[in-house]
Amino acid sequence: METLILGLPVAYYIAMVAKVLVAFVFVLLTVAYATYAERKIIGHMQVRLGPMRTGWHGLLQPIADGVKLFFKEEIIPSEASKFAFLVAPLVALIPAFISFAVIPFGAPVSIGGYTVPMQIAAYYDQAGQQIFDINVGVLYILAMAGLGVYGIVLAGWSSNSKYSLLGGLRSAAQMVSYELAAGLAIVSVFMLSESLSLHKIVADQAGGIWNWYAFKQPLACVIFFICSIAEINRTPFDLPEAETELVSGFCTEYSSMKYAMFFMAEYANMVTVCAVTTTLFLGGWHGPFLPGWMWFIAKVYALIFLCMWIRATYPRYRYDQLMRLGWKVFLPLTLLNVVATGIVATLVK
Amino acid sequence: MIMPLIKGLQITLSHLFKKPVTLQYPDERPQIAPGFRGLHALKVSHENAKCVACYLCPTVCPAKCITVEAGEDANHNKFAAKYEIDMLRCIFCGYCVEACPVDALKMTEEFELANYKRADFTFTKDRLLEKK
Repeated sequence: METLILGLPVAYYIAMVAKVLVAFVFVLLTVAYATYAERKIIGHMQVRLGPMRTGWHGLLQPIADGVKLFFKEEIIPSEASKFAFLVAPLVALIPAFISFAVIPFGAPVSIGGYTVPMQIAAYYDQAGQQIFDINVGVLYILAMAGLGVYGIVLAGWSSNSKYSLLGGLRSAAQMVSYELAAGLAIVSVFMLSESLSLHKIVADQAGGIWNWYAFKQPLACVIFFICSIAEINRTPFDLPEAETELVSGFCTEYSSMKYAMFFMAEYANMVTVCAVTTTLFLGGWHGPFLPGWMWFIAKVYALIFLCMWIRATYPRYRYDQLMRLGWKVFLPLTLLNVVATGIVATLVK
Repeated sequence: MIMPLIKGLQITLSHLFKKPVTLQYPDERPQIAPGFRGLHALKVSHENAKCVACYLCPTVCPAKCITVEAGEDANHNKFAAKYEIDMLRCIFCGYCVEACPVDALKMTEEFELANYKRADFTFTKDRLLEKK
């Protein structure tokens, strides 16, 4: 009889810690090098070179940036409300990372008789031969996306500066508007999967590219991706930090490591959003020939490239256009999509 | 509504594969166009500056940056005992070169004129003499 902790074998806990470490380090590295890739890709799209001087073709640039930000002077405005000012970057950063806990990033692996599902918050039940994960994984991701707003609003509010406050309020309004459409786009996905568990959603998309929800729900896929870009405040929806109007929005008063945290949160959110889109619409880790985790990484990186491509192409939306797009275009479209999915799904059954 | 968006994406993607126009400046040198007006040089003939101190260049200079003082050499010929150009005032218009009746002045391709001290921007006759 092997030792059990809370009804689970010890190997489960070891696998868990290993998965957390691997996923976290991987996301951190991706975040660091996403900044480099972004500068390089946008540079080349503007027929420039991008960073070239730090290391070979500027490869050490993210490290140099990190070291620089770490040694910068820590400035807290004298009129700021100190506690909220210090907590805000953490509130922004942590939800960006913990969304990764529920995303399946590869096919289950067998190590020494144990089957380890490649998803942090999941375990394999030896007796039932079944993988269990959080059965409300999608809801969890939406909740974490909602939490991220607090960091930005709190930063804007506690800085006691008009630009920060305006940036924070803009981001709150923007995120609330686009979360609705993004949520409704997901609704049409789990109407097909009949589950909120991400493991089940990925399993449903197995067996060929035409089983991907991107082809069964093309409208929901496009709207979800656009709304996600809006939710993480990336160009063309980067109004909360529109430098031409708001200096740099909610992070105007931030410097040093606290600024770096907002910066990291922004890129971590981008990685998360791309991973969620991959999971929900692009078949997760499913793909021919290569191992699952490679497909997952390839799909996520392709989407990150798409984000950067979009950033290099489109100018920023005006505020009223942004609200109109969210409430008058995407929301009715997703509602119609849900109705249509419902009718078709009932008829097919 | 969607076609212009796709066209925009096409344009940026096509630029991704073009050769960047960036010049890696200190490593790569720029190609200097003919007729470029850089730092001045006093032309030399028979180991002496050709300048005869006629004062046409300080007269024509719109920035008033040229200071000339005439002297007399052993053969009783007029020559520039002092010839200074204040590079902080010079606008590199090239009128001095055009005005010179004896073709004693030219402009070189040198453009890196940064210095640490204010006094170093006054180019004396020694510094302006053409280097062979």
